[in-house]
Order: sequence, then C-alpha cells, then structure tokens
Amino acid sequence: MNYTLDFTPVIDGLPNLLWACLGTFTLAISGMLLAIVIGIGGVILRQSRVKLLRWLVIGFVELIRNTPFLVQIFFIYFALPLAGIRLDPTPTAIIALGINGGAYAIEIIRGGVQSISKGQTEAGLALGLHKAQVFRLIILKPALRTIYPSLTSQFILLTLTTSIASAISAYELTSVSQRIESDSFRSFEVYFTVTVFYLVISWVMMRIFAFFSARYFSYPLR
Amino acid sequence: MGREEFLFLLTGLKWTVALSAVAFVCGCVAGLMVALLRTSGVAIIERLTAGYIAVFQGTPLLMQLFVVYYGLALIGIQMDAWAAVSVGLTLHASAFLGEIWRGSIEAVPRGQTEAAKALSLGYVSRMKDVVLPQAIRISLPATVGFLVQLIKGTSLASIVGFTELTRAGNIISNQIFQPLTVFGIVGALYFLMCCPLTIYGAHLERKFLTASR
Amino acid sequence: MSQVRTSDNSIEPMISLSGVGKWYGAFQALDSINMSVAKGEKIVLCGPSGSGKSTLIRCINHLEAYQKGDIHVGGIRLGHGSKVIDAVRREVGMVFQQFNLFPHLTVLQNCMLAPMRTLGLNKPQAEGRARTLLERVKISEQAEKYPAQLSGGQQQRVAIARALCMRPKAMLFDEPTSALDPEMVKEVLDTMIALAEEGMTMICVTHEMGFARQVADRIVFMASGVIVEEAPPAEFFSNPKHERTRKFLGEVLGRH
Ligand SMILES: Nc1ncnc2c1ncn2[C@@H]1O[C@H](COP(=O)(O)OP(=O)(O)O)[C@@H](O)[C@H]1O
Ligand SMILES: [Mg+2]
Repeated sequence: MNYTLDFTPVIDGLPNLLWACLGTFTLAISGMLLAIVIGIGGVILRQSRVKLLRWLVIGFVELIRNTPFLVQIFFIYFALPLAGIRLDPTPTAIIALGINGGAYAIEIIRGGVQSISKGQTEAGLALGLHKAQVFRLIILKPALRTIYPSLTSQFILLTLTTSIASAISAYELTSVSQRIESDSFRSFEVYFTVTVFYLVISWVMMRIFAFFSARYFSYPLR
Repeated sequence: MGREEFLFLLTGLKWTVALSAVAFVCGCVAGLMVALLRTSGVAIIERLTAGYIAVFQGTPLLMQLFVVYYGLALIGIQMDAWAAVSVGLTLHASAFLGEIWRGSIEAVPRGQTEAAKALSLGYVSRMKDVVLPQAIRISLPATVGFLVQLIKGTSLASIVGFTELTRAGNIISNQIFQPLTVFGIVGALYFLMCCPLTIYGAHLERKFLTASR
Repeated sequence: MSQVRTSDNSIEPMISLSGVGKWYGAFQALDSINMSVAKGEKIVLCGPSGSGKSTLIRCINHLEAYQKGDIHVGGIRLGHGSKVIDAVRREVGMVFQQFNLFPHLTVLQNCMLAPMRTLGLNKPQAEGRARTLLERVKISEQAEKYPAQLSGGQQQRVAIARALCMRPKAMLFDEPTSALDPEMVKEVLDTMIALAEEGMTMICVTHEMGFARQVADRIVFMASGVIVEEAPPAEFFSNPKHERTRKFLGEVLGRH
C-alpha cells in the first residue's frame, strides 16, 4: 500500500465538473418534463375506448420497465438516425430519459387518478362544474398529492440515471469526470468526488420537491 | 447475425445471470444485516445504517461500481472486473434490500414483538421465529421488484469492462454493424428474464392485498 | 304546506318524471317512474336497499343518464345536451351520503368554488354569500378550516351550505345522515327541517321516519325499481296499502 491520494487533478477540473453538474440538471429536468407529458398522454390513451391503444400503452410500459436503460439508450441512439432524425448525444439522452421515465410515470399517474373517489367528481358535476373544471379544480391536486412521493422518488432515480447517458457521451457529470479520469489516471479521487457531487445533487432535488410539497400539499387529511 | 454471434450473446447472458445471482444472494445476506442494524433500537447504529442506505440511494449505480472498482485496487486488493463488479452490486443490493426489509419489519404490528417479549423470547428467537417470517411475506413483492432492478443494473458492468450481455451486444454490434438487430435481441433477452419476475411480483402483491383485506 | 293539485295545469311542477326507465347494461334499475314535485313540496323517498332510490334522484340532475321517458326540471326538459344539463345542475343542489367535500379546499373555499366558476360571481360576492349560508347552518366559526378537521355532522352541514350557495330551486338529499355517528344525526336533520320550513323544494332519500313524519308532504315508497306506493305521512304510516310497504315499515320502525 504505497499509494497516496492526490486530488490535484480534481481541483484543477473543478470548474468543468461544476458546469457538468448543470448539464446533469438540464438532462434531469428536461427528462422529467418529457416523462410527465408521456405519462399524462399515456394515461389518457390507457383509458381509451380503443382496445389496441390500451394494449399498446401496456406493452410500451412493460417493455421499458423490463429492459435496462443502457440498452434502451443504445437502441434509441442508433435508431433515431435510421428514422432520419439526426440529433446530438445530449438531446438523444433527453429523449431516452423521457421515454424511460414516462413509462414509470404512466403507472404512477394512473394510480393517482384512480385513487380519487367517484364522489368527488359527482359532487363537482352536481354543482354545475364542467368535466374539465372538475379535473382541474377538484381531481388534480388531491391526485398529485397522492402520487407525489412515488413520482418524486422516481424522478430522483431519473436524475441518477442521467449518469448512464455518458455511454453515448452526452454532456453531463459522469462523462466529464471520465475525461478527467482518463487524462489524470486519478480514478478513485475523481469518481469519489463525483459521487459526492451526485449525493448533493439528489439532496438538492429532494429539497426542491419537499419545498413544493410543503407549499402546495399542506391541507390536512383526516 | 449468424449463429456464432448469437452464441456469443448467450455467453454474455450466462454471465449476466451469474452476476445477478451472486449479487442477489450476497446482497440478501448483507441486506438482512443492514435491516437488522437499521431496526436495532440503538440510535447511533440506526443513524449510521440510515446514512449507508442514503448514500447508495442518492448516487448512481455506475458511480458506485467505479468507486468500488478503483477503491479496492487502491487499498491493495487486486481483483478482476468480475469480482469487483460483484462486490459493487452486492453492496448496492444490501442497501436497497436493507431499506425494503426495514419497512417490512416495521410493518409487522408492534403487538407481535410485545407478545413475543411477554413470552420471554430473546432477541434472536423474537426475530427469527416471530417478526422475520411475517416481514418476509410483506416484503416479497418489493424484493422481487428489486431483483428486476438488479438484473437490469448488471448491464452497467459493461461500462466497467466486464463482458456480460450488454457488452457482448456492444462487441457484436461493432463487428457486424447491425446495432438495431443486436440491441433488439439483447433487449429481448433481458425482457425474457425480467418480465416473468415482474408478473410474479404483481401476482404476489395482489395476493397480499386480498389476504390483508 | 302547499298541497299538490295535479289536476291544476296552471301550476307547473318543479320536477316531473314521466315514464322514466333506466338500465345498467341489461339490468333495469328504474321502470316507468312517474312522479311530480310541486314548488315548495317535500318528498321523502324510501325503500329497501338496491330499490333504485339513488338512481332515481341521480337521474334528476343527470349524474346518471336515463334511457326512457322524460324528466323536466323547472320547465326545462332534461335531454342530453350539455347546456341543458348544466342549467339544471345550477338549479338543483345535491347532498351526498359521503359528504364529498373537497379535501384540498377550506370550508369557505368549498362554498365559493361553484358560484365563482359557474355563476360568475366575483370573490367578495361569493364570500359574502358563503358566510351567510355557513351562518345559517351554524358553522360560520369553522369557515377557515379544512374538511378533515370537522366532525361528520359538521361536514354534512357544510355540504348543505355549499349546495345552497348556488341558490338552487330544489335540493336532492341522498341518505344524508346514513354515514353519521348517531349523536350527529340530529344536527343535520335540524338543518334540513329549517330548510324545509323556509319553503325549499326537497326530495330526500332517508330512513329517518321521524323526519319524514314531521316534514314530508308525501312519502314515496320504492321497491325493485318501481314506485310501489305514495301517500301523505299520516296515511302512509297508519294505513299502508301494499304488503311490501308494511314489511318495510315493520323493519324500519322496529329497528328504531
Ligand atoms: N353503476 C351501476 N352499475 C350497475 N348497477 C348499478 C349501478 N348503480 C346501481 N346499480 C344497481 O341498481 C340498483 C339500484 O341501485 P341504487 O339506486 O343505488 O339503490 P338504492 O339507492 O335504493 O339503495 C341496485 O340493484 C344496484 O345494484
Ligand atoms: Mg342509495
């Protein structure tokens, strides 16, 4: 054991690493937004009268949930150009993250909407509100509150999954740290530091989620 | 894609299965320790295990594998990629399973522990004969769910350089330039491993829900 | 009390059902229901569980669609167009067995929501109206609380106030006291009695026979989706005509 830790390359690379954190945030937030869109769209299709559409959504969800993200991102990375879509690695990664997170979001959001009792809708309708008003003013907030814990922990997972986007060299923390590592050979020092960065990132994410929760979901439940 | 290439993928598949099995079995043993420490009632130990769990849940699995891989080398333990990745995945599994089982242990009604204490059972018997059998039943759906996560997680071993299914796919794809076919097949193989488990987990959950009603 | 004079065509009924039929799939829940409720009239609807009472009153504000016959509310024919349905729902208030207050809104906000969104009242107007009605159901001190912080009886009184904030011409009650602990039944019934005395048109599904005796102009007895018998309370209790009615009364009155 004649190894001495040397963090100099990490310190030199700090500005790059901090910028890369921003890249990770960008991937995470964009991925979440896309996941929510896919999630809501999927739930609507999942309740469609057309059987084929319902089964397509179920198939999509199970396909995504039962294969590794790494394989998904490779597949999308190679499939997009064949479909005539030329994108940089970073937008490609956002699409992959959104698709992956969307599959989980479909299941979560569906559970939330189902958890609101029919009586709530009926009370709204009986007061003369329209269907869209009932959804927006009555169903949405309690449903979001119900699913908030599972949705946000899924989003933390999505944030951590961004590191796999390094496999296609998207701009984020892991790929930048790999570059510093291969230049300096200080592998442990680099990856240890970056691990701490990730810990801080997921902590910040959790604080943000908790802040919104305290602000919007503070009404008492029985 | 020829027979040769497909057989190579199957070799990769074999290693994926082996890696998942080792990590799951070792992870179960270590996870049980974590769960017991996490519910030990000793504040400092509970705090420390909570921290251990939080670190693994708050960082990417890929980074965990990197740190373990290079960290082991650093403290003078020379290992090949296979062993290092097994250690990394085992630690990862121990934290997640520990947290799942902590929840299940706490979900067993307090009265059960109290009744066992009233019968003057010691800690070991209380856990082994009364609490854990019930906790395991409660935790089964989530445990199966995590096994699926773990199988998918083994794909990251490819980035560290271990030739399991995904890396086998990468190699073949670079040889024959048919990435969509290759990754399609790789994905299908993962799906065939994971989907039955997912269905089984959902079945357990339903069974548990109806039983507890 | 205003007695109905069905022969007098000049008095248009507030609510009328003629030949109403309703199916759930192949199961017929309502069969040729005819009923007419004059302005200010109080109807108590009773009958065994599953006889179609809820279905009937839920057809009146179109929470359930019906397949046969006609329903008129306040002179409007309740068809399938959403305009008509909205108009009817604005005129008819409903109180549910499970209260169905909105958990994420305070008591006051529960009462202000619909008047602002459907009647176009501004905030001060809606709030003024809400506070007045909360006063009337004797719960004004709780205005800033959330539903979960109130007892069942208080919640149901808020639900009544919430419905009244729409200034409805008629009120529908679907077993408003069935989900309440016994000690809270009275406060809700008292609220309903006060409302009746002010002249509100009411259809109440309830098994509270004391309330029926005191308030109802007519008691309508249903079984298996048909109206078996209807009569003023005195006659209904002392001289029920049908075997099923007698059996039902035996059970309900025996229990109390
Ligand atoms: N949504 C529904 N789908 C199918 N059948 C229903 C539905 N709602 C009520 N029913 C049936 O219609 C009948 C009348 O129900 P309901 O009006 O709720 O009775 P009540 O209120 O008198 O107890 C019952 O047999 C019930 O099972
Ligand atoms: Mg009913």
